[in-house]
Amino acid sequence: MPPREGIYGLLAEFNTPGELVHATKEAHRVGYRRMECYTPYPVEEAAQALHFHKTRVPLVCLIGGILGVTTAFLMETWINVWAYPLNIAGRPLFSWPAFIIPAYEWTILFSGFSACFGMLALNGLPQPYHPLFNAANFRNGATTDKFFLCLEAMDPMFSPTETRAFLEQFSAVSVVEVDH
Amino acid sequence: MATKGPIEDPMIDPMIDPRTGEYAVIAPGHTFKSVTQEIAGIVLTSNTPLGWFFGLVVAAGVAMGLVIGCTWLFLKGVGIWGVTIPGAWGFAIINFVWWIGIGHAGTLISAILLLFKQQWRNSINRFAEAMTIFAVCCAGIFPLIHVGRPWLAYWLFPYPNTMNVWPQFRSPLAWDVFAVSTYASISVIFWYMGMIPDFGTLRDRAKMPLAKYFYGLLALGWRGSTRHWIRYESASLLLAGLSTPLVLSVHTVISFDFAVAALAGWHTTIFPPYFVAGAIYSGFAMVITLAIPIRKFYHLEDLVTLRHLDNMAKVMLGTGLIVGYGYAMEVFMSWYSASHWEFFMMWNRMFGPMGWAYWMLILTNLAIPLTTLWSRKLRVNVTYLFILSFIINTGMWFERFVIVVTSLYREYLPSSWGTYRATKWDYMIYFGTLGFFTFLFFLFIRFLPMIPMSEIRMMLPQTKVTPRSKIAEVVSEEES
Repeated sequence: MPPREGIYGLLAEFNTPGELVHATKEAHRVGYRRMECYTPYPVEEAAQALHFHKTRVPLVCLIGGILGVTTAFLMETWINVWAYPLNIAGRPLFSWPAFIIPAYEWTILFSGFSACFGMLALNGLPQPYHPLFNAANFRNGATTDKFFLCLEAMDPMFSPTETRAFLEQFSAVSVVEVDH
Repeated sequence: MATKGPIEDPMIDPMIDPRTGEYAVIAPGHTFKSVTQEIAGIVLTSNTPLGWFFGLVVAAGVAMGLVIGCTWLFLKGVGIWGVTIPGAWGFAIINFVWWIGIGHAGTLISAILLLFKQQWRNSINRFAEAMTIFAVCCAGIFPLIHVGRPWLAYWLFPYPNTMNVWPQFRSPLAWDVFAVSTYASISVIFWYMGMIPDFGTLRDRAKMPLAKYFYGLLALGWRGSTRHWIRYESASLLLAGLSTPLVLSVHTVISFDFAVAALAGWHTTIFPPYFVAGAIYSGFAMVITLAIPIRKFYHLEDLVTLRHLDNMAKVMLGTGLIVGYGYAMEVFMSWYSASHWEFFMMWNRMFGPMGWAYWMLILTNLAIPLTTLWSRKLRVNVTYLFILSFIINTGMWFERFVIVVTSLYREYLPSSWGTYRATKWDYMIYFGTLGFFTFLFFLFIRFLPMIPMSEIRMMLPQTKVTPRSKIAEVVSEEES
């Protein structure tokens, strides 16, 4: 848990995604690592500037899918062969072609749930409180039309004065301090 | 799907892109802020339009038919319906298949068109998904009330019970339970996930404390972090990839309810593709039925443009042709199979006592739409499309009626022939679900963002990330 006191970071506000990406690239080049961009829609170039490429969402989804297909197929087999065997017009108890259909549906069900909830879990959501919500300009723009770069105080390179000077050299609308 | 029509004069209509001659997907001149305000304003406004209240009350009144009909049904049993032997499947199954089919266009728009990178879908995606969910709600009612003792409907699910009784997985009806419940769950998840960033926007723009609190809860603390966005996009693509085979499988499984039975008119392998195409056909018609009044009422012509209507009409033309092929093949196979019963079934379907339903279906599903949708003028004629969407959905309802009833009421043994006549309760419950659907939709357009704001922002030209060197040029050009 990061300490809940002092400043969380410095937040620079930009008007265009291009300016944000440029500032992020520079910050990464200079050596800042604990930083994050905030945009009103996905900006792939910002992720590249942050050197964030891999997500584990597809892996979680795959595991969910495998779990779904095995759960459903084993459940059907156990039910129709051992737990409650019924003779339906002389068909074999282990009618695996028929079992494929519910197993197929549960593959999708489990992997879909894993993709969605896995994404939320990896993102650390739900998270009703976040220090950034303390910044008035963040709440006003981050989900509408402004682009933000936050350099966090946890970064070893962070210094309230030098980092601010670093951010101010870009065409930021404002650079504000965000409290915890 | 870009057919280049004749351009009368692109200077007159600013919505026409002079390079392609197509209508623009978004009207020019929008900014991130203007699209956000336009869409969020509908939800966050403090003065609800009177028309909304009027519509809601009318829809709720019609939905009372469902409440009254179901109450009487639960008191009396399914005997109040027109179902008898041999017509053991009547309105309930017809309406179930019809409603599920309508839902399919929503998933097609949200998933398949996303995978095909059809950006125009962004404007209509959200309310098409909402339509899916509400249609599935209406559809789900019918099998539940059709089981006779709906309070025991949970027996359909495999759960450990003291009776030691389990479902029988070789039955298409058990497959239905899995297909429809999965479809409903995944649709809800996809819909909600798509709205999370928009809930963030609404939370930040809301003025009223209650709205702030409500949308804040729903937004789950979304703050547009880039790492979040990348995972979010990854999950959306995965869900789209999963929904695509899902939507095709759902109507396939529903068609198995018929195709697996050994009954002339049902026992055919063409059912799965032709059911799916019919589902998408009727679903797009329903999207048009909803989109046209909404864009008019809320002045969203900038975001839901004639391009959307044109494209949807083209999809209807395509799926309509597949449906037409399905009808033709049914007729052909009834002759080519050399089966006496197949042949009689088709003759009876066309010229028997209920032949009028078949010709009604041909008229409304094929004759009217498939002759007129070729014309670009008619495809962008809002009034015509609105009327046509009702015609097509009537036709699709008749298709299900024809498949269910005309195959059943005169089967193999002439001694067991009967007829089917729906009672007033059948009609009441059916029209009740139409009211219920409209009621849910009215609530949706008032309280939830009906157009995905984050996706619309992505379609604006401003999203392009200009390299640093070019920014200075752009700025100097703008200044001069």
